[in-house]
Amino acid sequence: MTDAALTSAAVAPPVETPFRRFASDFFANKVAAVALVIIVILALLAIFAPWVTPQNPYDLTQISIFDNMLKPGAKSMEGKTFWLGTDEQGRDMFSAMIYGLRMSLFVSAVATSIAVLVGVSLGVTAAYFGGRVDSIIMRIVDLQLSFPAILIALILLAALGKGVDKVILALMLVQWAYYARTVRGNALVERRREYIEAAQCLALPRYRIIFRHLLPNCLPPLIVIATVQVAHAISLEATLSFLGVGVPITEPSLGLLISNGYKYILSGKYWVSVFPGLMLLLTILSINLVGDHLRDLLNPRLKA
Amino acid sequence: MLAYILRRAGQSVFVVLTMAALVFVSVFAIGNPIDILLAPDADQIEREAAIVRLGLDKPMWEQFGVFLWNMLHGDLGRSFVHGSDAVHLILGRLPATLELAIVALVMAALIGVPLGIVAGLNSDSWIGRSVMTGSIIGFSLPNFWFGIMMILFFAVELQWLPSGGRGPTGTLFGLEFSLLNPAGWPNLVMPAMTLAIYKVSLVIRLAYAGTREAMLQDYVRFARAKGLSRSRIVGVHVLKNILIPIVTVLGLELGSMIAFAVVTETVFAWPGMGKLLIDSIARLDRPVIVAYLMIVVGMFALINLIVDILYSVLDPRVRITETAG
Amino acid sequence: MTATLEVAGLSTHFFTRAGVVKAVDGVSFSVQRGQVLGLVGESGSGKTVTGLSIMGLVDRPGRIVSGSIKLAGQELVGLSEKGWRTIRGRKIAMIFQDPMMTLNPVLRIDTQMIETVLAHADVSKDSARERCRQALSRVGIPSPDERLTAYPHQFSGGMRQRVAIAIALLHDPELIIADEPTTALDVTIQAQIIAQVQKLAAETGTAIVWVTHDLAVVSGLSDRLAVMYAGRIIEEGPTAEVLTQPHHPYTAGLLHSLPINNPRGQPLNQIPGSTPSLLRLPPGCPFGPRCTRKQHDCTQAMPPETQGANGVRLRCYHPVAREGAMA
Repeated sequence: MTDAALTSAAVAPPVETPFRRFASDFFANKVAAVALVIIVILALLAIFAPWVTPQNPYDLTQISIFDNMLKPGAKSMEGKTFWLGTDEQGRDMFSAMIYGLRMSLFVSAVATSIAVLVGVSLGVTAAYFGGRVDSIIMRIVDLQLSFPAILIALILLAALGKGVDKVILALMLVQWAYYARTVRGNALVERRREYIEAAQCLALPRYRIIFRHLLPNCLPPLIVIATVQVAHAISLEATLSFLGVGVPITEPSLGLLISNGYKYILSGKYWVSVFPGLMLLLTILSINLVGDHLRDLLNPRLKA
Repeated sequence: MLAYILRRAGQSVFVVLTMAALVFVSVFAIGNPIDILLAPDADQIEREAAIVRLGLDKPMWEQFGVFLWNMLHGDLGRSFVHGSDAVHLILGRLPATLELAIVALVMAALIGVPLGIVAGLNSDSWIGRSVMTGSIIGFSLPNFWFGIMMILFFAVELQWLPSGGRGPTGTLFGLEFSLLNPAGWPNLVMPAMTLAIYKVSLVIRLAYAGTREAMLQDYVRFARAKGLSRSRIVGVHVLKNILIPIVTVLGLELGSMIAFAVVTETVFAWPGMGKLLIDSIARLDRPVIVAYLMIVVGMFALINLIVDILYSVLDPRVRITETAG
Repeated sequence: MTATLEVAGLSTHFFTRAGVVKAVDGVSFSVQRGQVLGLVGESGSGKTVTGLSIMGLVDRPGRIVSGSIKLAGQELVGLSEKGWRTIRGRKIAMIFQDPMMTLNPVLRIDTQMIETVLAHADVSKDSARERCRQALSRVGIPSPDERLTAYPHQFSGGMRQRVAIAIALLHDPELIIADEPTTALDVTIQAQIIAQVQKLAAETGTAIVWVTHDLAVVSGLSDRLAVMYAGRIIEEGPTAEVLTQPHHPYTAGLLHSLPINNPRGQPLNQIPGSTPSLLRLPPGCPFGPRCTRKQHDCTQAMPPETQGANGVRLRCYHPVAREGAMA
């Protein structure tokens, strides 16, 4: 989307659109701009993992158990170099990390998308209908938010068992309440504004008022919270996988890779847990830096 | 004041009852509680004894009553693995977890408040910027990985600190505490630091924002006009104002510390109730899981209640509006 | 006799990213012992920054770029922070606009008063408390012993401002800067506070700089009046002189717009236009664009300061003639 903005700016005389001003404000902060570039690179690496990794770490024909626990920079039986070393099954750490990243990002992105949908729907419903519907939904939100996410996720996974689908469900369940609360709060404020009244006077259909008028105005805080929550989700997924209640061993995420490496820490074989952890940190940090900057930009109270 | 405490206590009871109902529904109503609460190798006599004890032959609402009644008597079943009473098992591990959480909480305040104030006073200079960047890194660090890296660095490479376990403890009121035995302190350092790191970042942010806001207030200007020293203005006028939200948040975070101790205890083999929970999940020891959940829910409700009462004591304005309203 | 306060050529500028804001630009005035100077101007005219400059309380990005501030002959500009601390609260005290905001909401009154005593006097805590008690009763607060242990929110606005005044008086300062201390109060309370301050100043010989936008408040209070516009004093003189025979068109306009000078039932008179941005001052006289008497020379350069009759100082090329003053 930035590319589009840049090319159109080159062709047409620069017009001050809200989006373009926002983009230029955003890129004025070098740290946030670098963080965004890193996120894009990481996402591309994850999406195109099969094409960018030297081997498919889960194709047993491509790995050799004789290459296990090799130090970074060591050569394989066939003379290939493992720049980041290998794990206990002789998998190339770099390839395993990219595939792990793919898993981590996939799980978090899917869970967050569903949570946004659910949370926004319930939040708007609560705000628009008010009364009993509102108080029931908000009671559930309050109840859930009074308990830490990790506790809720742990209990859920303890009851349901492991699995990618179950992790997604757990990550979704611990997130939706944040969106519901934010959207409801904003919608309640927006609902009292004149433009909603005007739309109602025009007898516009309800769904149109909600989707064309109410929701777009709730968007800025939603974007900030969703950014922060994606980072949380990635971190939580890694934690759950580390604790052994997350994704199955056959499809390891970054968290599970670290967990595997944890066994070898005391013998000084650092690379199996250090490198996936660095990648995890880089991912979460970049998202948080972008989120932090977005919050500064989108919060009108701070802007003044 | 009393009316306020009573009303808040009523809310807490409501939260515990709701969570008890949720646990009851998921364990007793949906699944077969005999399968969940008894070991798979239980014989017919044990099964029938359990059916009578849990009142499974009675109607649903009565069963919920029996569940609550048993819960009030501290009976949430027996551990399959340990064979002992689940509640006692968890309460036995509670001091280790509480100690870890409280030490981490104090660490978070002692590290975070000064750093946040310094950053808030120097928000334009490199000092403020580096502290705030550091706090974002602290927010982003995956907790368990940070713990592993501490082990790698301080235990494996430098060999300064033990890699795990609780170490020697001292005894008070029949409970064991690492703090009471200096020989046990090295074991406490890394787990507490790991647990604290996220909260340190949180406290830095709160103290930073609070300091910046307070420094712009007229009362700070007035304090300067009175000729007070900078240390007095920051140490009394600003600190007292920013401490109220920080204490509130930290108090509320004690609950999440206890929950997050699950991770720290697993990394450092710290024998607390979080480690017990993970072990129990791995071995499908369901009574312990149920007992852990109910105990933690109860603790949460209690902590929130205490924090709210403390808050009203700390901030005179809250007290007034409450008695007036 | 040296004046209590002598400000000469004071310039305080703010170096913002958008440019240099000359909030105070070459301001001179003096206040004698026991006298009250009314410093009048609209918001943004630089009157508050003048007050803060005298207290040494101008923060970055602002700073005093030139000029001198002398307190009983002692130069204050260029003092170290430590040097300023011995002045503030002891020799110069300040009272702020909003009594709701100036007292720290989470500290008891006695804490906030005793710390002020102890900041400048080496006395025991008990005698400091006694001094605070006396100060409270001096400003007319009943049962000061009880009130000392109260929190600010337990006081009314007027009472809070009395407490602030009591704190200002703790060390019998030579000068008090009062920055719109009555603006946030009810009219009846305003009158009480003004009477109180007047009485106390007369008793102790304290000089007062009373910063306000309200001509009515200072008319009965001040000995001299200084009118500020866009960071400069454009007219200064004895209160009676300035009020009855304003020379500067801006002063005349201000007086003209007072409700009391308007015929009943007519729309209020007003000065057309609004205060200029200090970032983009017009060339010449800053009041020029709004002035009905503007001529070509007004747009060329800032009018120099001229000494008029009856001790009035003026910055205007085309002052209002005598007879036109109240028209």
